[in-house]
Amino acid sequence: MSKFKKFFYSQKAAPYVFVLPFILSFALFWIYPLCSTITMSFQDIKPAGTEWVGFANFVKLTKDTVFHTAILNSFEYMILTLVLLIPFPMLFAVLMDSRLVKAKGFWKACLYVPALTSVVISGTLFRLMFSEYQTGQMNVITAALGLGTFKWLKMKATGLAALLIVACWRWTGVNMLYFISGLKAIDTALYESADIDGATAWQKFRYVTIPLLKPTTIYVLTISVYAGLAMFMEAYMLWAGPDSPNNIGLTIVGYLYKRGITKNQLGYGSAVGIVLLVIALAINIVQLVLNGTFKKEED
Amino acid sequence: MKKKVLATLLSVTMIASVLAGCGGGSDAPAADGDAAATTDDGAAAPADDGAADDGAADAGEEAPADDAAAEEEIPTSTFGDPNGTHMEMWTFVELHGQHYGNMVEKWNEQNPDRTIEITCTTYPYADMHTKLLTSLTAGTGAPDICDVEIGQFPNVIEGLDTWLVPQDDMAAPYLDTMVQARMDVYSGSDGHYYGIPYHVGATVMYYNMAVLEEAGITQEEVDAVVTWDDYQALGEKYLAAIGNPEGKYWTSVDTAGCDWLWISMAEHGEDWTGGFGGTANVQLDSVKKMLTMQQNWVNSGLAQVSPDGHVDLEAGFQNILDHNIVSFPKAMWYMSRFTNYMPEEKGNWYIAKCPVFEAGQKCSVGIGGTGTVVTQQAVDKDLASEFLCWAKMSEEGEQLIWDNLGFDVCNTVLWNDDAFAHDDNNQYNQFFRNYPYDVLYSIKDDIGTIYTVRISPTINEQMCNVTLNDVLENGVSVDEALQAAQDVVDLEQ
Repeated sequence: MSKFKKFFYSQKAAPYVFVLPFILSFALFWIYPLCSTITMSFQDIKPAGTEWVGFANFVKLTKDTVFHTAILNSFEYMILTLVLLIPFPMLFAVLMDSRLVKAKGFWKACLYVPALTSVVISGTLFRLMFSEYQTGQMNVITAALGLGTFKWLKMKATGLAALLIVACWRWTGVNMLYFISGLKAIDTALYESADIDGATAWQKFRYVTIPLLKPTTIYVLTISVYAGLAMFMEAYMLWAGPDSPNNIGLTIVGYLYKRGITKNQLGYGSAVGIVLLVIALAINIVQLVLNGTFKKEED
Repeated sequence: MKKKVLATLLSVTMIASVLAGCGGGSDAPAADGDAAATTDDGAAAPADDGAADDGAADAGEEAPADDAAAEEEIPTSTFGDPNGTHMEMWTFVELHGQHYGNMVEKWNEQNPDRTIEITCTTYPYADMHTKLLTSLTAGTGAPDICDVEIGQFPNVIEGLDTWLVPQDDMAAPYLDTMVQARMDVYSGSDGHYYGIPYHVGATVMYYNMAVLEEAGITQEEVDAVVTWDDYQALGEKYLAAIGNPEGKYWTSVDTAGCDWLWISMAEHGEDWTGGFGGTANVQLDSVKKMLTMQQNWVNSGLAQVSPDGHVDLEAGFQNILDHNIVSFPKAMWYMSRFTNYMPEEKGNWYIAKCPVFEAGQKCSVGIGGTGTVVTQQAVDKDLASEFLCWAKMSEEGEQLIWDNLGFDVCNTVLWNDDAFAHDDNNQYNQFFRNYPYDVLYSIKDDIGTIYTVRISPTINEQMCNVTLNDVLENGVSVDEALQAAQDVVDLEQ
């Protein structure tokens, strides 16, 4: 017993014991699948057996126009979500933090609740709302405004708009909470001294809030880049499957699902996954370097 | 001491919630991906306490919620003798499961020494096929008997007899009366039969005779339609008679289904898959002719594009109920959509042959279908195969398929069997103005076959996602759209 106790109380062993559950689950559910995905991307996996095919899967990807469409869609979606889901939640967070808003808890809850609902349910509801039939909610609204009806989920622009509406509805509250926690960390003394120097509200926001929110912004940017590129559920639910007219709702992960799961081409699907990983890593590394995250802290 | 207890409790809760999060996604691959993404968000920022908490709360709340919802939706029913051989059966249509339930009761009466208990589970379409493929690949977890939709069949047949049990021996007693083409579509590249069909899926033309009569069009005129030109002329007459109002059309053409193209191919005796071992070619004359004709119809206002892509969806049913379209070609199994979703249309609709491009061509094609397979993981392969063949191909089985499921059964002998085809107690005979099987019998020798082979899912996907939308919605020229489709298909063969 005492040996056991000694082990647990030892300053050297304890940290490892504490991180062990994480390391184990990380190795089992992340490192192992990652390695097997890399090997599988060089294979053709058939019911009868597995065959090494070298770079054949990647060569095929370069010619696969549907995959190119998927990459383009994911990129467009990612960039537009960055444009919408960083400034607006930041603005809302500042509003929530200011004295201008009453009943803050209520508004925060309202914005956060969508993130707690199942995408399966909300996606299905959004699909019905965006129905092209004249009784779909969106068409009822646009018709009432005199804009006529749209085939929402059939055209590129409206389809993308539908995806962005779902994304904003779902993630605005989450990103806002990140920014609120960032704002809480800013020392109020800085605002007081700015007041003494006669700074306007805009100047305070521009020269105090934004620079000090940078760590939060970078964090939100990093996860948003990945989340944008890896978006799947929203499109899957809006179009009730990985197929959509002219592939307007096809994303990289949607294509991975289609190839790997629906068509059971696990090797080719793995290659798609590797490409996604490389793209997301590359963008984020560039972004983090540009933001100076890897620089040593200077005093 | 108290602190210790509290700490232990907290740790246990934490571990339990982590495990619960893991289990939540296992049933639904889609939910799994989402939960994983959320966890990743949390794990990426261990430094930011607030953020990590949010992420964890998100994963915890969400995954089990999805799972619970999924469990509620999956109906499982067990039929038969609890002491008999137990079999698992998966399907994606609840009614199919009930068919086996009825058949297993009959089987147990006739075979008291070899009784069966069967548990039928109904999963959503995509989930079931995904689960089946995964369990067949893994070599464990597959059911004894499983329904496989024809569009998914090529994926499942890849495994041939390492995955599935050949049905040749057990099917042999029934083969002489079965439509051979329907057995062939579920055979593997090794020539064995692996799937047992429910129906032919013969395509016919549905006309809303009640509305047509109001517009002064008689049943004789409908019967007189032989070619697509006749069909178009009758449509123009109908629209002129009702004064060409906005929102009313003669028919609707599909952007998310290839039925019309299949009809055209069967009429011309072509097949874009090239059959087993052939080379796929979508740039066929038959395809071009049909697409050109449809494009003209859409431009002239004779046809609309089906809301949501094809008529077999909620918006399609509503469109039919609103009398926005008054005729469309569809397989005979669409009859059950009328009885299930459009009961108020009873007595209005008339079934007739499909028009052809030139008199003398075949006028129908078998569309859709479900082949039921026995997997190599079955507990008793012989018993499962024998039961399956009996349940789907014997006269008793076919009778139930027609009465309950409303399918055009594959046993041709029954087609002109008066007691079978003209049974006035049958809901479908009551629903339509004429006896569906009379139409079927009259086109007995005119039902073509389009094969469903390895390349079929690719062709279907490209057509439904891109080509048909380009031609019918975006005004792209037929030749250009088909060339693009051929390029995609060529990449896969």
